[in-house]
Amino acid sequence: MTQPLLKVEHLTMRFGGLVAVNDVSFDAKASQITAVIGPNGAGKTTVFNCIAGFYKPTVGRLTLTNNGTPHLLERMSGNDIAGKARVARTFQNIRLFPKMTVLENLIVAQHNKLMRASGFTLLGLFGWPGYSKAEAEAVDLARYWLERTNLTDVADEVAGSLPYGGQRRLEIARAMCTEPVLLCLDEPAAGLNPRESADLNTLLRFIRDEHKCGVLLIEHDMSVVMQISDHVIVLDYGRKIADGPPDAVRNDPKVIAAYLGEPEDSAVAQGGV
Amino acid sequence: MTVAERLKDAIMAAAVAALLALPLIGFETVDTGGPLGIKTRFDYIAYAAIVVFLGRLGMRIAFDWRRSYRERIVQAEPTNIDRKELLTVLGQKADKWLMPVMIGFAIVMPFLPFANRTVIDLGTVVLIYVMLGWGLNIVVGLAGLLDLGYVAFYAVGAYTFATLSMHFGFGFWETLPLAGLLAATFGVVLGFPVLRLRGDYLAIVTLGFGEIIRVILLNWQPVTGGPAGISGIPRPSFFGFPFSADPPEGATAFHQLFGLEYASIHRIIFLYYLILALALVTNLFTMRIRKLPVGRAWEALREDEIACTALGINPTNTKLTAFAIGAMFGGFAGSFFATRQGFISPESFSFIESAVILAIVVLGGMGSQAGIVLAAAFLTLLPEVAREFSLFRMLAFGAAMVLIMVWRPQGLLAHREPTMRLHPAGTKPGGGKP
Repeated sequence: MTQPLLKVEHLTMRFGGLVAVNDVSFDAKASQITAVIGPNGAGKTTVFNCIAGFYKPTVGRLTLTNNGTPHLLERMSGNDIAGKARVARTFQNIRLFPKMTVLENLIVAQHNKLMRASGFTLLGLFGWPGYSKAEAEAVDLARYWLERTNLTDVADEVAGSLPYGGQRRLEIARAMCTEPVLLCLDEPAAGLNPRESADLNTLLRFIRDEHKCGVLLIEHDMSVVMQISDHVIVLDYGRKIADGPPDAVRNDPKVIAAYLGEPEDSAVAQGGV
Repeated sequence: MTVAERLKDAIMAAAVAALLALPLIGFETVDTGGPLGIKTRFDYIAYAAIVVFLGRLGMRIAFDWRRSYRERIVQAEPTNIDRKELLTVLGQKADKWLMPVMIGFAIVMPFLPFANRTVIDLGTVVLIYVMLGWGLNIVVGLAGLLDLGYVAFYAVGAYTFATLSMHFGFGFWETLPLAGLLAATFGVVLGFPVLRLRGDYLAIVTLGFGEIIRVILLNWQPVTGGPAGISGIPRPSFFGFPFSADPPEGATAFHQLFGLEYASIHRIIFLYYLILALALVTNLFTMRIRKLPVGRAWEALREDEIACTALGINPTNTKLTAFAIGAMFGGFAGSFFATRQGFISPESFSFIESAVILAIVVLGGMGSQAGIVLAAAFLTLLPEVAREFSLFRMLAFGAAMVLIMVWRPQGLLAHREPTMRLHPAGTKPGGGKP
């Protein structure tokens, strides 16, 4: 049996007395889209921040297996999780480098690779030919993702001037430029119109199928979740209440209860013991 | 605004002025022999009210005139370039032609007819500030770390130079890299504790660091000479050939080497070219490092630190390199300062220097190399020009800063040239925006 790409075991995150995530365990596999859903305040973003190293989990183990090498994410710093374990993420409220151009955003994403190629700046300062080659390759990778995200025409524009949908796509392109094995997307469809979210579905399927990259997705837009996910995890009040393929989750009474509230008769039955 | 409205407005302003003037300038304390007596001078209040009345009236008329002028322009020619745009356009062109023009002027300046000793000395001072501005620009303009204690590195460079050349007999060119290195080390020493801080908090800590260095210089008598400073620092030689009328035995002086008549201005000109070369090296280095991964990482860090971390950039190392490299250029400038003055004391490294250097960077337009030259020239030449009104120098300085910040809040030449382009400049990519 192959090791899952990301194995989350007994993840618990407490902020003082508040338990934001309580004993959550799940797996995310490579070449699969795993969606994490749940009502507001269910702890989805906290799970993400633990995986990406922005929070240190109170309890739990996060194992990312990259080419057979396990990385224990809870022990790594945020930039090592991105650089060494190759986990990329996007943010709920877009975080681009707004005054830099679209192309520069994608080149910054390839920082570690280029830093080594430039001999940690020393060789690059004197025009080392190996660096120019590495830079040209970086631009090629950037161009590839610009074409995929339909941003080639605006490559030299300042990132902050892009329309909202463009900024969302650029953030995904930038994350992909780090050549990740796991891509974590925090509400990528928020604020997109139906056509843009259909394009997003196509892009995410392409990333999953062509790049064998695992995608972990937080999303409120059920049309996105149900159409493209291979696997859905439902959180409510920090606990996992369902885990399975989208169709099974959709009909799970616990999930329906979490989203729509419990039917009145069952509430009466429970209350009137 | 009608005339009646204008008058009413001006009368209101004059009334407020009179009210304020009553306690501020309405009374005067006089020496009556015993206790202090109070004399009233209501005529002054009347003058103040009249001045404010006329000023307010003039301001209203000017505003109305400007508005109607703008409306006329908009009606006449809708695509007219706003005058405010002019400097933005200039900023875009600055990288192409303004810098070469300024560099060319700087190179020929000592041989122009108006160049005498004072002018060249003034040019040297401007260039020191240009270099300091370019050095600080790496920290503040590129990496976005607000540093209010930059003068500390300038001081470290100067004192390193003075100590090494006085006690160990090192020459200028041997000491220069060592001074830079030591200043860079201090940059890292300052950088470590402040890595988590941002914005205002960082500014306060760096301000404190600058003061710590100054206080150490004042009190560490055996090494720094305390408040008396260090004097008799060796003057620079032209690559081993001293500038002196009667060189020591066996040495060739500069004027003998070139068969010239001895003139004290030779050294002044040499110093001028020395700082010009150092400043140009700083500029070249900055232009180059901006296009390298570390330079882009600095700018990215300025924009969004969290996003940088999520892309695998180590913010600690990136910030430390910015601090260290910025400090290194400060140290170089400090070495030059020490050898030029021949005398250094803690007084030369007070907080006001840091403030002026930071003002140069902010005024020039954060990150703009050409803007910093203009700002440095402006801020160092203005006090010289206004020397006759020396009582009002700080007032004029402050007023000029306020006016520029009102007029150009983003700095004189705020324009960021992308470090790379996918489509070569000038060609429009086909198709509209997706």
